[in-house]
Amino acid sequence: MNILVCVKRVPAPGARINITDDGQAVDTAFLGFTVSPHEECAVEQAVQLVEKHGGEVTVLTLGPAEAEEQLRTAVSVGAAKAVLVPITESDWDPQRTAQAIASVITDLENANGKYDLVLFGNESADSCGYQVGIRVALKLGRPMVNGAKGLDIEGSVAKVRRESDAGQEIYMLPLPSAVGVKEGINLPRYPTMKGRLASKKVDVTRTESTGSVGGLKMIQLQRPPERVSNTQILGTGPEAASAVVDLLEELGVFK
Amino acid sequence: MSVLAVIEHDRGTIATASLGVLTAARNLAAQMGTSLEAVTVGSNADALASVAGQYGATVVHQAHHDALTDFGPEAWGEAVAQVVRATSPQVVIGTGTERGHEVIAQVAARLDLPASMNCTEFDSSFNGTQPLRVVRARWGGSLLEQAEVDATIKLVTLANHTVDAVEAPTSASNTVHNVNLDSSVMHSFVQDRVERVAGVTLATAPVVVSGGRGVGSAEAFAPLEELAGLLGGVVGCSRAVTNNGWRNHTDQVGQTGTRIAPDIYIACGISGAIQHWVGAMASKNILAINTDKEANIVTKAGYAVIGDLHKIVPAISEEIRRRRG
Repeated sequence: MNILVCVKRVPAPGARINITDDGQAVDTAFLGFTVSPHEECAVEQAVQLVEKHGGEVTVLTLGPAEAEEQLRTAVSVGAAKAVLVPITESDWDPQRTAQAIASVITDLENANGKYDLVLFGNESADSCGYQVGIRVALKLGRPMVNGAKGLDIEGSVAKVRRESDAGQEIYMLPLPSAVGVKEGINLPRYPTMKGRLASKKVDVTRTESTGSVGGLKMIQLQRPPERVSNTQILGTGPEAASAVVDLLEELGVFK
Repeated sequence: MSVLAVIEHDRGTIATASLGVLTAARNLAAQMGTSLEAVTVGSNADALASVAGQYGATVVHQAHHDALTDFGPEAWGEAVAQVVRATSPQVVIGTGTERGHEVIAQVAARLDLPASMNCTEFDSSFNGTQPLRVVRARWGGSLLEQAEVDATIKLVTLANHTVDAVEAPTSASNTVHNVNLDSSVMHSFVQDRVERVAGVTLATAPVVVSGGRGVGSAEAFAPLEELAGLLGGVVGCSRAVTNNGWRNHTDQVGQTGTRIAPDIYIACGISGAIQHWVGAMASKNILAINTDKEANIVTKAGYAVIGDLHKIVPAISEEIRRRRG
């Protein structure tokens, strides 16, 4: 069972996201970076599947040179190999990204054999495009379902569970296939000491790739209207309970 | 020449998000001087043509194939792509839901067209000939992006809850498209479904009592459970709580959890990071209980109590019981 997981390096914002003066990017001067949350779970799911069925996990990212940090994070929790597709811009549009990633995956598969599964996050935390994984899967000619809240291997089939308004849906995708994972499918582990050492030693393969610029162009970022609230302090400590229940009565939620 | 609205439905039951999409698509069509058309997937959705007509669709394209009895992202994407190919709309608008994004992404991949998801605004001077300027939500809505969709056919999804459904009845004609689906799209159909048990869910609860890192442990959620129970609500939590393993991810409110819109959101020991806030911001009222009066959630909430949630929450439950006698 060989699994490729595509991840994205994204800023880890706290209470507020600031934009650079030219409106072209998130101001990351005071921010750390992380693996986009859905993809963090995709890595964990891949590692769990390999622990159960054997094989190895390769993690791939298209991003700036610094994204090597996120690849090493993935290795520290169990991925064996890491591939960086370096770009000089901060981000590429979805069509270009998908084209470049699909081409790198095709090369990797030609050299090393097919990945049984290619995993993505449901959508990236920053650009929220909801499409790169779907575009890559189609280019690779394998079935793809997004939004997975459960993923098991049964023989030569990937059993995907996802949630809809109506209930839980089950999909059965013949391998090799592609799946977009959602947070909540598992609880990602923390790195072990052994994992941290492995992440320092791993050779990150750099593979240049190109892609044609697509038709979705960012003009600029803007902040949504600020929610200004004149917060009414109902009190301090347990003595405020009476004022709280008055409020609940007033709002009609306590009858 | 048209604006095409993609109707989302589940086994023939229309998704409410589709009504906002029909309304937004009709407004866009009107400013472009063209007509609103709609597409439904599967013959079990044929009856929805009358709903589309209520919202101003002049033509409803009905994609038919024996296999289209349940949802399947690739088959739905291929079916809509074939209707798009056959009718050449200038703009295609889908729902800003999990299925909606997935279907539009499939159409985009199949037609090699750009797609802009979660749009909140469309350029009011767009007439169909130039690239389409949109505003779209990033970071789960905590940041907006002005973007341009440059293609002969512009594919977008409408961010949920941004356009209210407004009817504008017309008489719609139906056109059946018998689509061709090859074996490659047949794998990703729903194979089985466990229906949700009826009851109050996090997404629909009128009251949500939520806990963050400040709660401190899984056991310390008991008083929050009690308060939620007294108010007919449910318990939620922040991402820090799920990451600590104190509660299941199904209780998580936030960008990567559940979006909620209760009558009141009681946020206990939650700082209010962006990740959490975007899931809670649609709440009609917010009461923050926090030791830090400068906490982000306190400054954004309508009401706050400053102090230790471990003492305040039981005191509120006690007061409720006292008044109920």
